Amino acid sequence: MSKINTLEDLNKAAKRGLEAIIPSKTKIVVGVGTSGIASGAQQVYDALAGEIKKRKLDIILSKTGAMGMDCIEPLVDVLQPNKPRLAYSKMTAKKVPEVLDQIVKGAVDGIKPAYRMDEEDFICLDEKKPYAKGPLSKDLKDIPAIGSVNFYKKQLKLATRNCGMINFESIDEYIAKGGYFSLYKALTKMKPDQIIDEIIASGLRGRGGGGFPAGVKWQTCRRAHGDIKYVICNGDEGDPGAYMDRSVMEGDPHSVIEGMIIGAYAIGANQGFIYVRNEYPLAVANLQRAIGQARECGFIGKNILGSGFDFDLKIGKGAGAFVCGESTALMTSLEGKAGEPRAKYIHTVEHGLWDRPSNLNNVETWANVPAIISRGAKWFTSIGCKNNSGTKVFCLVGKINNIGMVEIPMGIPLKDIIYEIGGGIPGGKKFKAVQTGGPSGGCLPIELIDISVDFDALWNAGSMMGSGGMIVMDETTCMVDIARYFIDFLEFESCGKCVPCREGVQRMNEILQDICDGKGKEGDIELLESMSKGLVDGALCALGSTAANPILSTLKYFRNEYIAHVRDKKCPAGVCKALIRFSIVKDKCTGCGVCLKKCPSECISGEKKKVHVIDQTKCIKCGVCKESCKFDAIIVE
Amino acid sequence: MKTMKTIEKTVKDIIKKYDGDKTAMIAILQDVQEELRYLPKEALSLISKKMEVPLTRIYEIATFYNAFSLKPRGKYLVEICLGTACHVQGGANLLDRLERDLAIPSGETTPDNMFTLAEVRCLGCCSLAPVVRIGADVHPYLTQDGIPKILRNYK
Repeated sequence: MSKINTLEDLNKAAKRGLEAIIPSKTKIVVGVGTSGIASGAQQVYDALAGEIKKRKLDIILSKTGAMGMDCIEPLVDVLQPNKPRLAYSKMTAKKVPEVLDQIVKGAVDGIKPAYRMDEEDFICLDEKKPYAKGPLSKDLKDIPAIGSVNFYKKQLKLATRNCGMINFESIDEYIAKGGYFSLYKALTKMKPDQIIDEIIASGLRGRGGGGFPAGVKWQTCRRAHGDIKYVICNGDEGDPGAYMDRSVMEGDPHSVIEGMIIGAYAIGANQGFIYVRNEYPLAVANLQRAIGQARECGFIGKNILGSGFDFDLKIGKGAGAFVCGESTALMTSLEGKAGEPRAKYIHTVEHGLWDRPSNLNNVETWANVPAIISRGAKWFTSIGCKNNSGTKVFCLVGKINNIGMVEIPMGIPLKDIIYEIGGGIPGGKKFKAVQTGGPSGGCLPIELIDISVDFDALWNAGSMMGSGGMIVMDETTCMVDIARYFIDFLEFESCGKCVPCREGVQRMNEILQDICDGKGKEGDIELLESMSKGLVDGALCALGSTAANPILSTLKYFRNEYIAHVRDKKCPAGVCKALIRFSIVKDKCTGCGVCLKKCPSECISGEKKKVHVIDQTKCIKCGVCKESCKFDAIIVE
Repeated sequence: MKTMKTIEKTVKDIIKKYDGDKTAMIAILQDVQEELRYLPKEALSLISKKMEVPLTRIYEIATFYNAFSLKPRGKYLVEICLGTACHVQGGANLLDRLERDLAIPSGETTPDNMFTLAEVRCLGCCSLAPVVRIGADVHPYLTQDGIPKILRNYK
């Protein structure tokens, strides 16, 4: 890697990168993000490497991050000259020889790819480059195009534009996709105020959850007094159910880095920090490598691209504290202290890290910046809906068929996400609710299925965007248990600094635990409501003031379930252990003995081929019998 | 248990790596824990003395963050994810099963020092829920039934 000083150098790197992205010989790409690896992608990669070597094939083996459709991982993409990019899903080491046979033959007669990509979108450059020229052969045409796959149909990949497409280890490939051209444009052709104006005009709102206009934040920080300023990236993605920031840091680390350098130049900061969760080792490794490359190329360091602007970037690793996703707590943690938040009447853009003006945005926000600088604010505002320009990345998880990370223009109705992109609820069960916004958010019931998914609509419905986790729940999810779960989470994560959060959340957890245990009393629900109001008014930071949201929103939409727990001592969803019992339906039990063998507390008895029974006194209600019964003979009441 | 000599050498090397930078305290503790698998009292006293930071400050950090342990940990850290996605897919039942199979409550270490059981709130592998991470390996789509077999592979 050599230093990049001029536009010509940048173009040279882009040319090298393009040859790597769409090569003139066969290339196989394995998706090795965290979820890919957990599904066995590393074994697939190793098997491919071994087999290619053994057969002495002239094939390039490359890596990429997560494309998004995690439920069909490990994903292996095959690129052959003048053919569409083919994606093989659920790959295993065992399938490797056969897929290689097909590649050598140039046919798709055995294992069928899940979909094909006919062109690569260079969104920052407003260009699409075809993988194949001319008409496709019939066998290739029969493979569904990615644009016809429900999961991808409505997606627009902007912040995740390179995830699953380029090799995260190659800065050349990133440059070929238009990367660092925005930085060049910003540093050589734009004044800091112009950049800020552009970001303000784009309407980019913080993607970490609050939705505060990023450009306004930048401007306040630029205007704040002080010679030394900082830019910080919040990569402490703690909301359970959200992992898009991890995917971007792993799969396209340069997009975050470039966004930060542009932001730093606009704000007048010469030092940046990326604060990454302790739970994301791969993200740290990939960022570290990318920072090293950016430094070698001269994008980080002194006199960047000859502009006279200096910038350095460091990674700070979290140590497992949810509250450190809060801006003031994060900055305290970066200073090497226990990450307790402080009251926010003094803004961090004026007095942040080491009491100096500090601008904090999250991973997804930073990753959007290069695209906005490249394509302009007008283009960005053409995507999304009113006051909510651009896209938002969501993680669609829980009781849904197509589990994965999706990026969609804001303003799409919720039902499109659940039924079209997500493919509905598995097992023919009914959709009950979707939880958004993490522990600070709320649950949206089926009645709100038509809601427009944007910052404002979600907020008005009693939930929030949060960082974009969407946990789908079906009829077997107990909403009281969900509220208890979040309150328990927050009690554990509360830093203990302010009384309303430390004491209030604990008491609310006790009340909810009692309700779930069948010890709920009349008046408990009302008490929860009044305590919730106290929290909203009294807590020091957003962790506490939004802690009641999961309770308030479930109470608002699922009050009957609470009443069933308190008054009738019943859990309608069959979840709360104290309120349920497992039993065997005589007519359906075939006496196969599977449940008897699997029961860990040995409470099931019965002779072979005769109806079995559960000893209620010994049953620990773990549900293994129900999971293992093939005849649906075990019911929960 | 680590010998005093190992502890001293580890602490000294790590502090040197960070040039004794007080703002790098979290990273220093992380590195020490990675080497020793926990934060022994002796190590914390030594860091306090060498870096001239009150022991109470270091103790505050070591007890504030979940990643740190003041008790020795087993060879493998078994982290059962209790993030929302894992919770709705039955994470709590899996924790119960792990507690029964390992015969220890969450937060404790097996007598043979092989496994320490811990709860974590979201590993960011929600698409593979429910999951458990053992050492560096994430095991996806975990079932109660599958737990004994997985644990056997680490013995």
